[in-house]
Amino acid sequence: MSEGIQIRLDLDRHNFKLCCDLVLPDRGITILFGPSGSGKTTLLRCVAGLESTFKGRIAIGQDVWHDSEQKQISPVWQRPIGYVFQEASLFEHLSVQQNLNFGLKRSQSKHPLEHSIELLGIGALLERQPDSLSGGERQRVAIARALATDPRLVLLDEPMAALDEARRQDIMPWLERLRDELHTPMLYVTHSSQEAARLGDHMVLLENGKVTHSGAMADVFSHIDDQDTGAILTARVVSKELPWQLAELAFDDNTIWTADNNLTINQTVRLRIAARDVSVSIREPLHTSIQNQIAGRIIAIKNDRHPSHALVIIGCGKTQLYARTTRKAVHTLGLSVEQKVWAQIKSVELLV
Amino acid sequence: MNDLHSILNQSAIDAIMLTLRLAAVTTLCLLVIATPLAWWLSQTRSRWRAPISAMVTLPLVLPPTVLGFYLLVMMGPSGPIGQITETIGMGLLSFTFTGLVVGSIVFSLPFAVQPIQHAFESMGARPMEVAATLRARPIDAFFNVALPMATPGILTASILSFAHTVGEFGVVLMIGGNITGQTSVVSTEIYTYVESMQYAQAHWLAAIMVVFSFAVLLWLALMKRQTRAMLS
Repeated sequence: MSEGIQIRLDLDRHNFKLCCDLVLPDRGITILFGPSGSGKTTLLRCVAGLESTFKGRIAIGQDVWHDSEQKQISPVWQRPIGYVFQEASLFEHLSVQQNLNFGLKRSQSKHPLEHSIELLGIGALLERQPDSLSGGERQRVAIARALATDPRLVLLDEPMAALDEARRQDIMPWLERLRDELHTPMLYVTHSSQEAARLGDHMVLLENGKVTHSGAMADVFSHIDDQDTGAILTARVVSKELPWQLAELAFDDNTIWTADNNLTINQTVRLRIAARDVSVSIREPLHTSIQNQIAGRIIAIKNDRHPSHALVIIGCGKTQLYARTTRKAVHTLGLSVEQKVWAQIKSVELLV
Repeated sequence: MNDLHSILNQSAIDAIMLTLRLAAVTTLCLLVIATPLAWWLSQTRSRWRAPISAMVTLPLVLPPTVLGFYLLVMMGPSGPIGQITETIGMGLLSFTFTGLVVGSIVFSLPFAVQPIQHAFESMGARPMEVAATLRARPIDAFFNVALPMATPGILTASILSFAHTVGEFGVVLMIGGNITGQTSVVSTEIYTYVESMQYAQAHWLAAIMVVFSFAVLLWLALMKRQTRAMLS
């Protein structure tokens, strides 16, 4: 077998075991998903060669990077990878441009640097020093630096975990762009089901150092043990209706009403709309007690945890909402991707 | 120089120049020796780490006379170092400038190793891992990532080594023998003046030492504050 990314490993540390045998597609983003301590970062480090004392075999196509039986283990610097760490880990003594050049000149990459710079929108930052960049900018530079080496495989270890929610929303479109425009396969470690849902083509679920599921995103996503699937968004308070104790929040071009808990006009708030609190209507709902209705288009329909359930992902402007419905409802209403629908939101949770 | 001559006699000026030369040569040699040693100590998991680390720290707690005595014996005609240097035609190192340099290196080793080792340790493993994923061989990563990142530590090590060498007494006295113009440094020269009741000369040299030491420590403190400001 010489197709795809083959990862077979058996790693035994004093209080941790990681054991897997995977063949992953040689294209798109594969999400490595699991709770902390499940071994997803260790798996990524084994592929990179940052961990090298384990039994097994790592190969990409015909290229063998690690074969403990043949005693053939390439050092990290010989592997054509691009690695993005959780913290950007830029070289603080070098400028952004010099950070990008570091890997570029050592990899003798023919890949034009301008492409990586443009792809991550960091053209204006090149002369800056890392300590003058925001968290989101640092991470974009780190990704561009990894891509500049023209890697055969990109490894991303929770690249957004160290960022706050607003920065995450900033960087997400760049990652989506990478997925859509690069032909390099990526392994992406995360414990956020939102990130997974937005970015992944393929998914591996890990638990206690073992793979529980691996397969196409839509099939595996339903096995995520996450009661709380939902959208998190940032909105601004635009008006208040004092008699009803309600406040109106605006995000993108949409507005939504919520209980007024001493909110002030123009205050920025984060809110979470859980998938279980959203239902879907194919016509504009008029005679309903649900006040919050947002029009959008269906981006994807995924299998949910229980076989009777489906997760409908609705794009409303730049925001994505998740609706948990029954599969029967999807069938009866004839829901399909790209269809225009109204998301009816029963409750909004303010995260302050 | 004329001004200096009016308050200090020739042997005192010779001692100052010799002290500065000794401190400069010692500091340069120490950087070359201490940097790889500090790197090894910061990275290794070898069982030799603890004994080597203790050896490096030993000059910090040993009386300088003990250190000087052993070095003198080893550099003497029947000592192992003495036999080697005589065989290769260098003659004996005891009572020479080279001997003083060797003694000073041993004596100030912990002052050079510890700040550099600390700088490497506080850097953590991550920068070297990043460098490796960007195709840098270990030696390349050491020179282009680890070393530049440890610059504040290396600077501290240089200042401390220089100042500590200027301030040493016991070891130079044992190895050098306080020969005017050859192995007599400021600290031993002061001793000579006091013994021969030349208090005025001793006063001047002592005052110079106090001012110098204070200036060095002040510089170190200011540098640390600057580094902290840079980091925060």
